[in-house]
Amino acid sequence: MQIDDSRPIWAQLVDEFRRRIVAGEWAAGARVPSVRELALDLGVNPNTVQKALGEIDRLGLTATERTAGRFVTADESAVAGGRAALAEATADRFAAEARGIGMSLAEAADLLSRRWALHDDAPDATASREKPERKAP
Amino acid sequence: MNTPLAIEVTGLTKSYRGRTALDGLDLRLAPGQIVGLMGDNGSGKTTLLKILAGVLAEWEGSVRVAGHAPGPESKATVSFLPDASFLPDAHRPADSIDLYARFFDDFDPSRARSMVEFFGLPWDRTLKEMSKGMREKLQISLAMSRRARVYLLDEPISGVDPASRDVILRGILSNFDDDALLLISTHLIQDVEQIVDSVLFLRAGSVLLHGGADELRAEHGMSLDALFRKVYTS
Repeated sequence: MQIDDSRPIWAQLVDEFRRRIVAGEWAAGARVPSVRELALDLGVNPNTVQKALGEIDRLGLTATERTAGRFVTADESAVAGGRAALAEATADRFAAEARGIGMSLAEAADLLSRRWALHDDAPDATASREKPERKAP
Repeated sequence: MNTPLAIEVTGLTKSYRGRTALDGLDLRLAPGQIVGLMGDNGSGKTTLLKILAGVLAEWEGSVRVAGHAPGPESKATVSFLPDASFLPDAHRPADSIDLYARFFDDFDPSRARSMVEFFGLPWDRTLKEMSKGMREKLQISLAMSRRARVYLLDEPISGVDPASRDVILRGILSNFDDDALLLISTHLIQDVEQIVDSVLFLRAGSVLLHGGADELRAEHGMSLDALFRKVYTS
């Protein structure tokens, strides 16, 4: 994921983790990577990851089991709720921008249906950061 | 909050021949966080770190580090990485690891060896034969391999290329204990922007601004780097 330094990072992590769950990258019932793994993978502060995962817990998308770690919920309605919230936010951004440049609903809907097929192989937004060098120069 | 503070400084003043480097500085830092120490040249970053590390004397005020006044007891649990190279030129990595093992009871040589491997440093080269980036990586490997309660890193990533910077930050993140305090100074905030919990801006020897990284981003709607430029030019 690309982090925007001008916005709170924990909120961006909440969006990213929620996206991973509703997209099935973190499958229902699967174990969530540890705070340290995520912090290293994303190159961010571990406490920030912890705070974001706490919010994902609060949203009911994950739960912590005392000894075994943190798991994605197996509750499909919770995942569906997360997907709906994410989809609404995306639609809101599109609607606001489309209205902002003077489009009608019919034009926007038509545009969306024409562009839809171009995205059947959506790029993986979680593509990890560039690999660190392992060899000395 | 019952957690003992990792650093507690009150009214710290330090002058060099009449020139004030620190001017009544107050600071309280809890453990379990990474704090970015920012400031322009001459703002007092290095002086503060040296006093906390117990390597600079003759100051006024009250200083407690990991529960101790700066001295042998605090030094035993504070890992300080100075900004200048402090290892003999003739050393190979294994020599420096041996040196640290003799000096510090809390030093973990196996952790240091694995960091040297992680950084891909050549075991057969002396420091004199290494690039600046390699030397920095070796010194960070040593400093982070102490199981300290407080880590003080003075400009650990100055003058290295962006790829090395990312590797160094990764090395620091993966070797930092959750309940320790890491205070890392830099004049390039963007280098540490994403790994700090909070930032401390110094100016003219006192604290200009101290706040949580995400709280400051939310409040000002800008990156810490942009905020830094704004407050230092105002």
